[in-house]
Amino acid sequence: MVSQTAAYLSQYFSIFLFIVLAIGFGVVTLLISNVVQPRLDTEEKLSPYECGSEPISDARNPFPVRYYIIAMLFVIFDVEMIFIYPWAIVFDKIGFWGLFEMIVFIGLFIFGYLYAWKKGALQWE
Amino acid sequence: MIQTALNLIVVLVTIGVVMAVVLLHVAYLTYFERKILGWMQDRMGPMEVGYHGLLQPIADGLKLFFKEDIVPAQANKIIFTLAPILVLVPALIGFAVVPFGRDSIHLFGLTFRPYVTDLNIGILYILAFASIGAYGVLLGGWASNNKYSLLGGLRSAAQVISYELSLGLAIVGVLLMAGSLSLVKITEAQNGGALHWFILPQFVAFVIYLISAVAETNRLPFDLPEAESELVAGFFTEYSGMRFAFFFLAEYANMILVSCIATILFLGGWHAPFEALSFIPPILWFAGKVYFFLFFYIWIRGTLPRLRYDQLMMFGWKVMIPLALANILVTSVVLFFIRG
Repeated sequence: MVSQTAAYLSQYFSIFLFIVLAIGFGVVTLLISNVVQPRLDTEEKLSPYECGSEPISDARNPFPVRYYIIAMLFVIFDVEMIFIYPWAIVFDKIGFWGLFEMIVFIGLFIFGYLYAWKKGALQWE
Repeated sequence: MIQTALNLIVVLVTIGVVMAVVLLHVAYLTYFERKILGWMQDRMGPMEVGYHGLLQPIADGLKLFFKEDIVPAQANKIIFTLAPILVLVPALIGFAVVPFGRDSIHLFGLTFRPYVTDLNIGILYILAFASIGAYGVLLGGWASNNKYSLLGGLRSAAQVISYELSLGLAIVGVLLMAGSLSLVKITEAQNGGALHWFILPQFVAFVIYLISAVAETNRLPFDLPEAESELVAGFFTEYSGMRFAFFFLAEYANMILVSCIATILFLGGWHAPFEALSFIPPILWFAGKVYFFLFFYIWIRGTLPRLRYDQLMMFGWKVMIPLALANILVTSVVLFFIRG
């Protein structure tokens, strides 16, 4: 039991090391690049790019609510998807009732999906 | 104590090699993309730097490294700097669980495995970190304080999350057949030649995965977040120098990562298609299959026109998700009757 825990820890420690090295690569490259690059700031250069014309109004305008609806639908369906994963792994061990329950679950999934479709949440004009 | 230190060295060296190989492949993927697109359009592609332009990616990298990194006056400086790193890191660390070959290498009495670590939740780990990349794009687009950037970031986030659903659902079919989330075990489950690869029983899932993967990486014909004709360069319009290079690196590293996963899930990973061909080292088989997918990416870029955004979203939600769900139902029922 102890050795199993240690094995898990060492597996995730490798991941941790990888994350640290990847962040290190990013940060160090940016820092060195920051030292060697030229800096010639002018007001024109630092203004937002807008195809050459004078920028008008703030860029952070309200955006269509569709994006928000899509994001909410994603959260719901993504959680449902994650529920399917462990079921797929133990599929061989849980027999008929495992299959039956998942068919009911996916049925509910499809019901919610059709409801969203009927309500026009997937419509994009 | 010495054992722990040695293990640490092995892990660090493996991570270093994996990162170096990935970055090198990213550099030369940009070269081959330009070269292949050039040939497809009856041009030569890069020819000036080195023999047939072979040193072009190095020249490009050095140039970007020494370029001025412009931060727009009205941008949110912290998030503007953080976003490229937030995109790059998930793209790189996904490679931690990818098994590149079969055999461990013995060197100086140390054993180097062909993967950094074999998590038993491998594929879930990759999906989880792939989602974090979307934050980087969204934050980068927002922090630039530019209309094109904001629209590009929003589009990209909406597109990535939409296609992530069908991508995740397509993978379930493979998980049902392999009975594991570990990429090493999924590869081993496809032992015994091309007929045992999951591409045959899971062909629908394979097609869904391939289309979703192209959309996930924002590549043509799904590259609306950076559609040049309407959004200039999308979420990285305001980026320049090394920060721009990071977005570029991440995009190509993601392409390589989804190609690696496609290889492992559907084409048997490092397995040779026939017993007679197994004298070729497994790692070459793996690389060959990944290169095939990368070529496919460039190929469809040279062939297909860009979709419209409403077509893209409708296709993802109204075609891909029902197909992927149907695939899960059919696969599980058929498997239930076959395995009794």
